[in-house]
Amino acid sequence: MSAELFSVFYQFADVFAFLILSAAGLAIVFGMMGVINMAHGEFIMCGAYVTVGLVNLGVPLPIAQILAALTAGIIGMIVEYLVVRRFYKRPLDSLLATWGLSLIVTQSMLLTVGSAVRGIGTPEGSFAIGGYTFSTYRLVLFFCAVAVLAGLYIIFMKTRFGVIARATMQNAAMAKALGARTGRIYSISFGIGTALAGLCGALYAPTMTLIPTMGATFVVESFVTVVIGGANVLLGTAPAAVFLAMIRMALNASYGQIIGQIGMLFAVILIIRVLPEGLSSVLVRRGR
Amino acid sequence: MNSGRIVGRALLGAVLGIAAIGSAQAAEPPLKVGLLEDVSGDLAFMGMPKLHGSQLAVEEINKSGGVLGRQIELIHLDPQGDNARYQEFGRRLLNRDKVDVLIGGITSASREALRPIVDRTTTPYFYTNQYEGGVCDASMISMGAVPEQQFSTLIPWMVQKFGKKVYVIAADYNFGQISAEWNRKIMKDLGGEVVGEEFIPLGVSQFAQTIQNIQKAKPDWLLTINVGAAQDSFFEQAAAANLNLPMGSSIKIMLGFEHKRFKPPALNNMHATANWFEEIDTPEANDFKKRWHAKFPDELYINDMGYNAYNALYMYKALVEKAKSTKLEDMRKVIASGDACIDAPEGKVCIDPKSQHTSHRMRLISVGPKHEVTVEKDYGTIQPYWLGEIGCDLTKKNDKDQYTPSHLPSKS
Repeated sequence: MSAELFSVFYQFADVFAFLILSAAGLAIVFGMMGVINMAHGEFIMCGAYVTVGLVNLGVPLPIAQILAALTAGIIGMIVEYLVVRRFYKRPLDSLLATWGLSLIVTQSMLLTVGSAVRGIGTPEGSFAIGGYTFSTYRLVLFFCAVAVLAGLYIIFMKTRFGVIARATMQNAAMAKALGARTGRIYSISFGIGTALAGLCGALYAPTMTLIPTMGATFVVESFVTVVIGGANVLLGTAPAAVFLAMIRMALNASYGQIIGQIGMLFAVILIIRVLPEGLSSVLVRRGR
Repeated sequence: MNSGRIVGRALLGAVLGIAAIGSAQAAEPPLKVGLLEDVSGDLAFMGMPKLHGSQLAVEEINKSGGVLGRQIELIHLDPQGDNARYQEFGRRLLNRDKVDVLIGGITSASREALRPIVDRTTTPYFYTNQYEGGVCDASMISMGAVPEQQFSTLIPWMVQKFGKKVYVIAADYNFGQISAEWNRKIMKDLGGEVVGEEFIPLGVSQFAQTIQNIQKAKPDWLLTINVGAAQDSFFEQAAAANLNLPMGSSIKIMLGFEHKRFKPPALNNMHATANWFEEIDTPEANDFKKRWHAKFPDELYINDMGYNAYNALYMYKALVEKAKSTKLEDMRKVIASGDACIDAPEGKVCIDPKSQHTSHRMRLISVGPKHEVTVEKDYGTIQPYWLGEIGCDLTKKNDKDQYTPSHLPSKS
């Protein structure tokens, strides 16, 4: 019995971690900044490739993962400076620009690095409960997802940078009039977003096949989670992930992956129909 | 967004073609071979060896005098794993470029997308993958292995060695669905039990739930016919969760070279039946591998699709030269005579007149904990007999259909 219960928790944690880690970066870039970043998956891919590259050079996995997230963040800031900056007032154009970027990046990776890279293997460690065996690393992913949520909350709600950043996203002109350096705020926020995308790739790199288009497997889930979360990203993303993870886990367990995927997307359609502002609109109203 | 690349490819093809004509001093125009293989997108890692195999064969054939004295011009387009693009590019090659032969396609979905378009022309089409079998179509010549060569050998061996309970993980499209049907039929005949079947949408990469479903069902072994880079993540995740079950497949190792892409021991205890895998150790195979690696030193693995793609051009050459014609109907007369054979690196392979599928020398291979590949059993040459047995006879009637164990030809 306890084995079954733990198994349910484990499966929930697994889907939850996947949703949170793939959506966290996008929550900032798309949810807060309003940039429809079609290259989100490529920042995830960047994190994964840098991790594998560093591990192959002999760097220990956790350090490689942190460096990979930082790399994705720095590349993100460069991309923000060169491309994204020009599109803050033109969200639909930002979609085209970042999509173009994504095509260029995947094809360049294919041409330079090749069509497949040898994986590094998941860190050893599994444990058994009842008739089931579980991979320890998947639980590590869950705790990383919780840590990312906590970190985001602290950065954006408890620090001076967070207050200024939220003010800038709400009304850039006013924030600028009050002395905030909005250009820099945008740049750092975008960097944090892409660093989190890189972290997602870095964390999943040991468990997946590495190919240049690997980011695509994260993109649908990440956009769906952010959209369901709604306008208030910090309040919305976590409940959205909990909600979608429960639905997906329950359907996966009883009816298999196809129904799990269909069911999750169906729930998304329902939510958008009933709550066009996303889950956070309900939570914010309650809070007031 | 593709036009620049297409123009580039076309120009490159034209330049190469001109260069080829110049060197051979041939008066006759070159034979145009249209090739559709994915070298970008989710299946690029499998498609790249197919392009390379075709290029190697064309280079060798052109150097040794061409086909009927004519050089071959290879026109390759990259459909990027998109079935709509397969159709668009297929039409382009057939109607505008007027190729003499069309080769290619990776997934069975792409093949079925192409086939109706090919059927409206008189151009021969070579499909070069192993697949779920059953296509009875006079326009199509199949170079890869089919279920009677792969499943009718592998599944009884797995049942005998590991037990009667199997759990199936399959990609959710025609290849996975029909292969699973084959497994059900063969397991039933053997008195075995399919304790679970899970069809997975392409692109899914997370398998924690699947792994637990498997542990709950307690099978003796797994049939893994999952497809694509994302779904291959199953092996890493199953190994991390210490699932530790024997696995069998018709596409792993020789086709997806998972044992080269994943860190050992993720693919430990995987078994497959194949007409080609790079570890084949015969003088002919070694010579072939040497030529391949000399031309493409960075190739991670020569997979069976790449190998079949290479053979397809030699089979085309043999058919054209025996028929003394590039017309499909003349080539089919050679096939009907039962004389359509080539000496391939695996040994002699022939096209079966009734089904236009290829006989193959099949071997059962196993992967060890260090990802070393050993040959467990050599079945010798196996004919593609199933279609002929159920009543497909292309020498008499062109069905243009795909049959499965549950969809047999009507008796009339």
